[in-house]
Amino acid sequence: MLSPQEKKIISLLQRDIPLTPQPYADLASELELEEEFVLAKLKEFKERGILRRIGAVLYHQRAGYEANSMCAWQVPAVRVDEVGKIMATFPQASHVYERPTYDDWPYNLFTMIHGRNREECEAVASEISGKTGIDDYIFLYSTREFKKASMDYFPRE
Amino acid sequence: MISNGEAGLCELDKKILNAVQKDFPLTSHPFKEMAKQVGLNEEQFILRVKYLKGKGFIRRLGGVFDSKKLGFISTLVALRVSPEKLEQVAERVSLLPGVTHNYQREHYFNLWFTLVIPTPSKLEETLQAVQKYEGVEKLLNLPAQKLFKIGVNFKI
Repeated sequence: MLSPQEKKIISLLQRDIPLTPQPYADLASELELEEEFVLAKLKEFKERGILRRIGAVLYHQRAGYEANSMCAWQVPAVRVDEVGKIMATFPQASHVYERPTYDDWPYNLFTMIHGRNREECEAVASEISGKTGIDDYIFLYSTREFKKASMDYFPRE
Repeated sequence: MISNGEAGLCELDKKILNAVQKDFPLTSHPFKEMAKQVGLNEEQFILRVKYLKGKGFIRRLGGVFDSKKLGFISTLVALRVSPEKLEQVAERVSLLPGVTHNYQREHYFNLWFTLVIPTPSKLEETLQAVQKYEGVEKLLNLPAQKLFKIGVNFKI
């Protein structure tokens, strides 16, 4: 469980951390806490698995990763673990997840494939296909972004 | 769409973008340590990061949390929306609390969004509401059942 104070720290960290020489000290003073206390809390959050990392999230398009393609694969149930692990080894693939199937949705493994354009993404997918033997897959190209935001877990009321 | 692509980035900027994607040190002067790795001093490093942020290469610098460990549940939802209603439905979806990503995609299922929400009953309630939006013909709830790989760092 998280204390109200912990929620406040998390809420602050979901925004941008200050670009100052001592960002944690500045965050701490916003909450009227000591820098050392906040640093210890962050270490604790990491140990508890709550905090994955503190770092930058890029605009991949601007950094040259123009295409950001969701790809869905139809993998026989008995091969999901094996195939998922192979997909995870590809540096161009992120978010390799197993998801449920439905009558009108047979694809059970999802990957995000990152490349500079569609051709590059498709080349990566065909490499994955070659390595796994899974050749039933589709690309779900995004044609319009309606929203992309970070989750605000504990908005301040 | 105009893209700066990599053309707008010098070698130093690329090194900085690679450095800031890694986990920041939990020390009093985190940027000082990161600056050292790319051959700058703390002040120069901070200035350059500000520049890269201002130019829009960096979306956010902050904490990345595990929603599950925070007690939230998340899912991916695919909708089939009649094309003439798509924009209207997309705008309603974007306004729902907990919707973080919402994209039109090239498929029969043409609107895809992610939802991060505190409880299963809230999730159920939200999905039922969305299903009733005018223009929504089908809804697939696709929560991750197994994670093989989560994020990724981008070698710039």
